[in-house]
Amino acid sequence: MLDILYGVLVGPLKDMAGSPAFLAEVVIGGLAAGLMYSLVALGFVLIYKASGVFNFAQGVMVLFAALTLVGLMERGAPLVLALLLTMAVMGALAFAIERVVLRPLVNQEQIILFMATIGLNFFLEGFGELVWGSNVKRLDVGIPDSSFMVWGVQVNRLELTAAITAAVLVAVMAVFFQRTRIGRALRAVADDHEAALSIGIPLNTIWIVVWSAAGLVAIVAGIMWGAKSGVQFSLSLIALKALPVLILGGFESVPGAIVGGLIIGVGEKLAEVYWGPLVGGAIENWFAYVLALAFLLVRPQGLFGERIIERV
Amino acid sequence: MIYREAGQFKSTYASDQAVFPIRQDRIVVGLAVAAAVIAVPLVADEYWLQAVLIPFLIYSLAALGLNLLTGYAGQVSLGTGGFMAVGAYSAFKITSAFPRLSVLVAFLLAGLVTALVGIVFGLPSLRIKGFYLAVATLAAQFFLLWLFNKVAWFTDYASSGTITAPPRTVASVMVTGPAATAPVRYLTALAFVAVFAMIAKNLVRGRVGRSWMAIRDRDIAAEIIGVRPLRTKLLAFAISSFFCGVAGAEYVFLYLGSAETLAFDINVSFLVLFMVIIGGLGSILGSFLGAAFIVMVPIFLTNVPHLLGLAMPVALQKQIELMVFGGLIILFLIVEPHGLARLWQIAKEKLRLWPFPY
Repeated sequence: MLDILYGVLVGPLKDMAGSPAFLAEVVIGGLAAGLMYSLVALGFVLIYKASGVFNFAQGVMVLFAALTLVGLMERGAPLVLALLLTMAVMGALAFAIERVVLRPLVNQEQIILFMATIGLNFFLEGFGELVWGSNVKRLDVGIPDSSFMVWGVQVNRLELTAAITAAVLVAVMAVFFQRTRIGRALRAVADDHEAALSIGIPLNTIWIVVWSAAGLVAIVAGIMWGAKSGVQFSLSLIALKALPVLILGGFESVPGAIVGGLIIGVGEKLAEVYWGPLVGGAIENWFAYVLALAFLLVRPQGLFGERIIERV
Repeated sequence: MIYREAGQFKSTYASDQAVFPIRQDRIVVGLAVAAAVIAVPLVADEYWLQAVLIPFLIYSLAALGLNLLTGYAGQVSLGTGGFMAVGAYSAFKITSAFPRLSVLVAFLLAGLVTALVGIVFGLPSLRIKGFYLAVATLAAQFFLLWLFNKVAWFTDYASSGTITAPPRTVASVMVTGPAATAPVRYLTALAFVAVFAMIAKNLVRGRVGRSWMAIRDRDIAAEIIGVRPLRTKLLAFAISSFFCGVAGAEYVFLYLGSAETLAFDINVSFLVLFMVIIGGLGSILGSFLGAAFIVMVPIFLTNVPHLLGLAMPVALQKQIELMVFGGLIILFLIVEPHGLARLWQIAKEKLRLWPFPY
């Protein structure tokens, strides 16, 4: 009994203290993975904030964006052109989704919209494979996947680039939401659909803008994931990992998505490396969910979510 | 003309509260059950039973379970696959630990075990709801499957990591195992689903079902009129998980024969959720209609190109299948968000007035 307690409570901590450099590497690896989750979660948050739709298809949108980019580059388009074209494709996709899926479903219950995005998920997966083929593709954006040393700790260039990109993306989005006219309109819509409509904010346009923005975020996430592990269909499964991130951060919060992603990333790497061997490994698959679940019991609205005052 | 209840007077409370108050409904349901019990095993061939009817019945049971939880009690769950896995693995453990126990009892015990697990994973529903709860139930899905994968005890230390339905007889007829014939397995699944559908129907029109619906529609108001949220929600989780557990046990014992955890992955959860939504949230009949729809669509999509004489590579066919499936779901939600059950209801209303609508 004492052995077990020691193994769970003391041993891993001793290992951590024993080699701080390794711990730092694990943490950095976790941060990098968490950042990827954050990028996917960011797309979720954008759409949820503005339309109250829980967009399950965000993961497939990431995949679709990456596939389009790689497909265009394979056909000889230079990176910049391919990127612009991909943006155009995601914009067109947003437009199509708004027209075909969202508009007829206005005023339906949230669960119905949620199911519609799962349908969208299937559709896009089939469509992406149909157009671009289903083999694993390499995405090369000119950032080497190599490491350099900082104070005795390995740092990966690709992961560093991803971190900087994410930071820039969040900063741009914060400015966009706070300062621009459309950003304000977005926040108004998120606050209250009807009030926004009544002061003349075009709801349909806003939705297209928001889904396009989510598409842009999906491109960034797709490039980062794709450059790291190749563009393949397991990418869409990453989307599921973004769900506990959302729980942790709160569905409506952009900073929550980032911080939540980092916590999940680090937490799951630490758990896998230090506690995983105790139970036979591979706890990465569920640790995030259980962490989120435990967290929910204490703080149901997430870290930064809007506090809904009610007793259940 | 035919479907009209004029002249059918209720003279007792019992007849007024009957499950099917209209005589034509009783006749139709009776005929349907008789056809399912007698005609189908005689007419249907092995392929139909194994590929269509048995999965349909099993998925119907799972959809029934989820519909009780999501449609009636309003608690969205994405953990159905995990709960079905609990049912399958506990049925396997029970049959291997007690070889002389009737396999039917083993199914029910597996359901009980699943109900207990369901209560544990239903605990968060007391604090959270909506999508937060949906994501929380994903924890059940991933954790349970991981557990069954990692702990060899659950598979009786089988090196392949799979569980296999042992050969068992009920009244000296082979029900499970490789030697069991498709009609027998079909009838077993049918018996279970029929009994459980009756139980579900009676649950939802009684006190329990009404308290579930009260919680679903407005939890605070329900609490004020004296519905205890704790008990009601946990009961919903328990009973729903019981159904799903039995369905999971049947899934391995009557349908697949042997399975590993992959058979219960997240896609199963989504599939069952689709059945419930397409069939109709909060409808017993809807669970069956939804299951039939979801089981039939892929079979339809695989066979149509053949019938049209189009030869397609398998990969292309798979992709088109995904697209059509996704497209159909969206189309369905747009056309009738309340599901097939509502369409049936509308048809019945029309039928009542037909052929003189005024």
